[in-house]
Amino acid sequence: MGDHSHGSPNTSGTVATAGQGDEEKFQNPGLPPHRPRLADTNPRAEKRAERQVASLFIVSIIGTIVFFIGYFSIHLDDASIAELRLQNILLGLGTAFAMLGIGVGIVHWAKTLMPDHEITEERHEIRPEEDRVIAEKMVGDIIEETGIKRRPLIRNTLLGAMVLAPLPAIAVFRDLGPLPGDTLRHTMWEAGTRLVRDPSGTAIKAADVTVGSAFHVIPNGLKDLPEHKLEEKAKAVVLLMRLNPEDLNPSPGREDWAVDGIVAYSKICTHVGCPVALYEQQTHHLLCPCHQSTFDVTQECKVIFGPAGHALPQLPIAVDDEGYLIATSDFKEPVGPSYWERG
Amino acid sequence: MSVPSATPYEAKTRLGRVTNFVDSRVNGSGIVKGLGRKVFPDHWSFMFGEVALYCFVILLLTGTFLTFFFDPSMAETHYEGSYVPLRGVEMSVAYESSLNISFDVRGGLFMRQVHHWSALLFVAAVSVHMLRVFFTGAFRKPRELNWVVGGVLLILSLAAGFTGYSLPDDLLSGNGLRIIDGVIKSVPVVGTYISFFLFGGEFPGTAIIGRLYMLHILLVPALILLMIAIHLFMVVIHKHTQFRGPGRTNNNVVGYPVGPVYAAKAGGFFFIVFGVIAIIAGFFTINPIWNYGPYDPSPVSAGTQPDWYIGWVDGALRLMPGFIGGFPLEWVIPFPWGDNTLSLNVLLPALGPAGLVFTLLFAWPWIEAWLTKDKRVHNLLDRPRNAPYRTAVGVAGITFYCVMWAAASSDLIATHFHVSLNDVTYWLRVLFFVGPILGFIIARRIALALQRKDREIVLHGVESGRIVRLPHGEYIEVHEPLDEYKRYRLVDFEAYKAIPAQLDANGKVSGKEKRRAKLSRFFFEDRVAPVTPSELANAHHHESPSEVEAKANDQASIEQR
Amino acid sequence: MKALSQRRRHPLAAVALLLLGLLVTGGLYAVANGANQAQAATTTYTAEDVSEGEKLFVANCATCHGIEASGTENGPSLVGVGAASVDFQVGTGRMPMAMQGPQAQEKPVQFNEEQTAELAAYVSSLGAGPSVPDSEYLEPDTSDEEASANGGELFRVNCAMCHNAAAAGGALTRGKFAPSLDGVSEKHIYEAMATGPQNMPVFNDTNITPDEKQDIITFLKDIETSGSPGGAQLGSLGPVSEGLFIWTAGLGIIIAFTIWLTSRSS
Repeated sequence: MGDHSHGSPNTSGTVATAGQGDEEKFQNPGLPPHRPRLADTNPRAEKRAERQVASLFIVSIIGTIVFFIGYFSIHLDDASIAELRLQNILLGLGTAFAMLGIGVGIVHWAKTLMPDHEITEERHEIRPEEDRVIAEKMVGDIIEETGIKRRPLIRNTLLGAMVLAPLPAIAVFRDLGPLPGDTLRHTMWEAGTRLVRDPSGTAIKAADVTVGSAFHVIPNGLKDLPEHKLEEKAKAVVLLMRLNPEDLNPSPGREDWAVDGIVAYSKICTHVGCPVALYEQQTHHLLCPCHQSTFDVTQECKVIFGPAGHALPQLPIAVDDEGYLIATSDFKEPVGPSYWERG
Repeated sequence: MSVPSATPYEAKTRLGRVTNFVDSRVNGSGIVKGLGRKVFPDHWSFMFGEVALYCFVILLLTGTFLTFFFDPSMAETHYEGSYVPLRGVEMSVAYESSLNISFDVRGGLFMRQVHHWSALLFVAAVSVHMLRVFFTGAFRKPRELNWVVGGVLLILSLAAGFTGYSLPDDLLSGNGLRIIDGVIKSVPVVGTYISFFLFGGEFPGTAIIGRLYMLHILLVPALILLMIAIHLFMVVIHKHTQFRGPGRTNNNVVGYPVGPVYAAKAGGFFFIVFGVIAIIAGFFTINPIWNYGPYDPSPVSAGTQPDWYIGWVDGALRLMPGFIGGFPLEWVIPFPWGDNTLSLNVLLPALGPAGLVFTLLFAWPWIEAWLTKDKRVHNLLDRPRNAPYRTAVGVAGITFYCVMWAAASSDLIATHFHVSLNDVTYWLRVLFFVGPILGFIIARRIALALQRKDREIVLHGVESGRIVRLPHGEYIEVHEPLDEYKRYRLVDFEAYKAIPAQLDANGKVSGKEKRRAKLSRFFFEDRVAPVTPSELANAHHHESPSEVEAKANDQASIEQR
Repeated sequence: MKALSQRRRHPLAAVALLLLGLLVTGGLYAVANGANQAQAATTTYTAEDVSEGEKLFVANCATCHGIEASGTENGPSLVGVGAASVDFQVGTGRMPMAMQGPQAQEKPVQFNEEQTAELAAYVSSLGAGPSVPDSEYLEPDTSDEEASANGGELFRVNCAMCHNAAAAGGALTRGKFAPSLDGVSEKHIYEAMATGPQNMPVFNDTNITPDEKQDIITFLKDIETSGSPGGAQLGSLGPVSEGLFIWTAGLGIIIAFTIWLTSRSS
């Protein structure tokens, strides 16, 4: 910090009194003289304070009444949002007055009418030395009486037992859930599964998808699953977009994953799993609203900004005989956030 | 058998008899004797712990009410309640019962809003209370352990808040859980397993709300209660700290007795806190779950953020780039049994900053004692300006936190200040590193400048606003000296000096001691010493006003020893 | 930008942000009230409309969109964008643009209804595109009990990720944003869905049918008119504005009380 040429360590520097001690100091002048309050000297002021406190308590009583009016005068069976709002305001106001009346009243009472002399109390040593000596001896005696130091066999077997005994308490949590297995690698999509609209579940014709459109897509049959509907949906949701075919730059092996510029990408962010659904139709960027990872659809949803660590998986699609969009296989890699076993 | 030396006490009134009954069995007299006139110092900044405690009481009261109506089941149902825009929508029972609390239970919405607003205020009050304790040095011996308990309470309050945030099973909190799931999955080796155990299978499953509910209403509040008991017990043992001032020493405590003044003020304050929260809950919507809709893995809302206290971790997740210069932070590591993935882009921001902040927070009392070699008992507090090193460290920490905090709302900063979302992120990435350093330097300079101002006031008094014309024509403003009480407030402090490396028991200087000395020099070489009586006498000796001015400049300059 | 980032840490910055948030919300209300509430005119245009529209186009739009609207470096071709697109862009004041930027901003409307219709007539004469919607789709659907709920579901899946679940708006990349829908007229909401202005994707009639669009409008107007049962909505921005509020107003009031409580009575 600047121009300090110093370095001469002539500080008094003794350990116990670092930075203090030998310098002369001002004497503590003691507590300032007590200054009486208005209510201490003027009986009228005292009377006034008394009235103020009482009025505050009456305000509290009124507040409680307001609460009851709000509670009983509005029935929720046929209440509009505006009536519900009114009730909420009345309950809030009522409670606030009921509480503030009491609180402010008591504090005002304490400040104006109760004694305001500051009191000095001495502090005591937290642990007097004699206590320490007695306690130390007591603990020593107790340990001696158990004989644990003299009987290592008992000590060691006890230690072993104590280490093992809690383990069952950890083991019993095993059945909290199943093992992952390879469930994260598969989704509902398979060759021939139709792409259908979320939430209506209707199939999509390739011709429906005009340039600039974005369709939110789920696999056909998802809505009819008897169970694990949300778990499957959490992996299978897809965003379908149509670009001009020349804007797409498919890498080798992916040339036939699109239909006339229509591409389908997993909607689950590869960062921590929010739905990446903000499609900008002019820039062809996909933005995740949670942590702003940005993916470029023209570069196979490569990460161009933000915290995501790899591209969004693409769903290979084609058109069936009736003109509807179908998947030609499952995703070729696990969707969603990466995990240790993902590889 | 010996006979009692005196006749047993006979109470005269009925109340007296009841009191005597209890007293003679649990020694109530002893408690009253010990605590009835116990002295508590008074300062507005000492009240935040109470705010937190009272918020917690309000949370228990309203939370109990809510449990009577809430059903933590994730079973599928169709809403048939009175909120029209959701009628017929498929949702979980948990979300439906939250909607019913809001729309079909009288006062339920109010209770929900009181509960949620007090939760926000609870964590805010805990935080501000800890900042007060930090900046005034109240964590020093003998209170280090209570500081640690306070840190644990902060973590528990975050846990309580987060588990509660997720319960309604709405779209916002569901996406929050999804993020948690993603973060857990990034943990090497065991992450996927923890995720499957926590959610009872694949995300989202049907177990998580019930499990979080149990944590939220039983385990976490029980732990908080336990910690509060320990915390308050220690406060009674230690007695409260007090600011330095006339009549106050390290060996006494000056203030108002519990009965009646302090008890009245503290008791009344509970009603005030409740009243303030009630008025906020009456007029301001919080967590409008009916807007968000039920959780569904497909939709998401713009502006998906956690409650404020988790914001800084979310912000760190946002700031971290996934690629640095085209080099991915998601590593695929080839092992003999196959490839494994290490997601540093998630793991580092999720655990790094929080780990750093909490490690420093818990260790600070010992770090400071080691640096200053000050192992004395401290019952007197420092004004933040009188401990520039500590204030600077605190401000650096706050800056670090606030940069991440701001990052969690980067999208809202972008839309509300009409700047680019990406630019906000770039700037915050820079500030993440530069901000704490700037905060440290600026805070230390301001603290030192304020100390110099205090010296100036002690030596030359305060400006009185009276302009006097001297016989030779010069105009001066008269400075009035301070009275001894005001002066004492400004001169009673300690300014640590840098302590050079000391020899250890073997007559050597250890490497650790050298590092300590270096840090000590960095922290303490710039210091402003308190005015001594002889300095004051000197200043008064030269009463010619113009000389006083000139001298002020010399004297107040930073002492360089 | 730098000054802004640093000023954010000013103690008053939080207050400023809150005030700004309130101002923005208030401003949007003001805009909303002044917005053109008239329902769609007939979609059949006369030849006179087209020729009047052409004159207006040449005078006001051709600089960027080119003669015959074939597009230039500064503005896209308008052939085939349809009358709905013109009605939306001009009717909300986004066009003509004041300057190039990340996206066209809402401004005071430059043309009256008749002129807007003439421009729309001219542009739709250049190539077929979405037309101005029939008014039957713009009225809230009262016949269907679940219209609002259905609209809400569609809105959450298709719109909420950009426009926010309460339609309060949100950020896009590099300075672009999805505006708040509070106070936007039914017609303009419909047209935006049909035409996909700026970076908004197109939601054509096969993706979201006209009936479904009507449901979305029903939902939006439902939540707009009823407001929140819990009181002021703090901009519907979610936990951020709630956190800001408790740290400024909430803690502010509490601190005021603590100072009063510990001060000495006079």
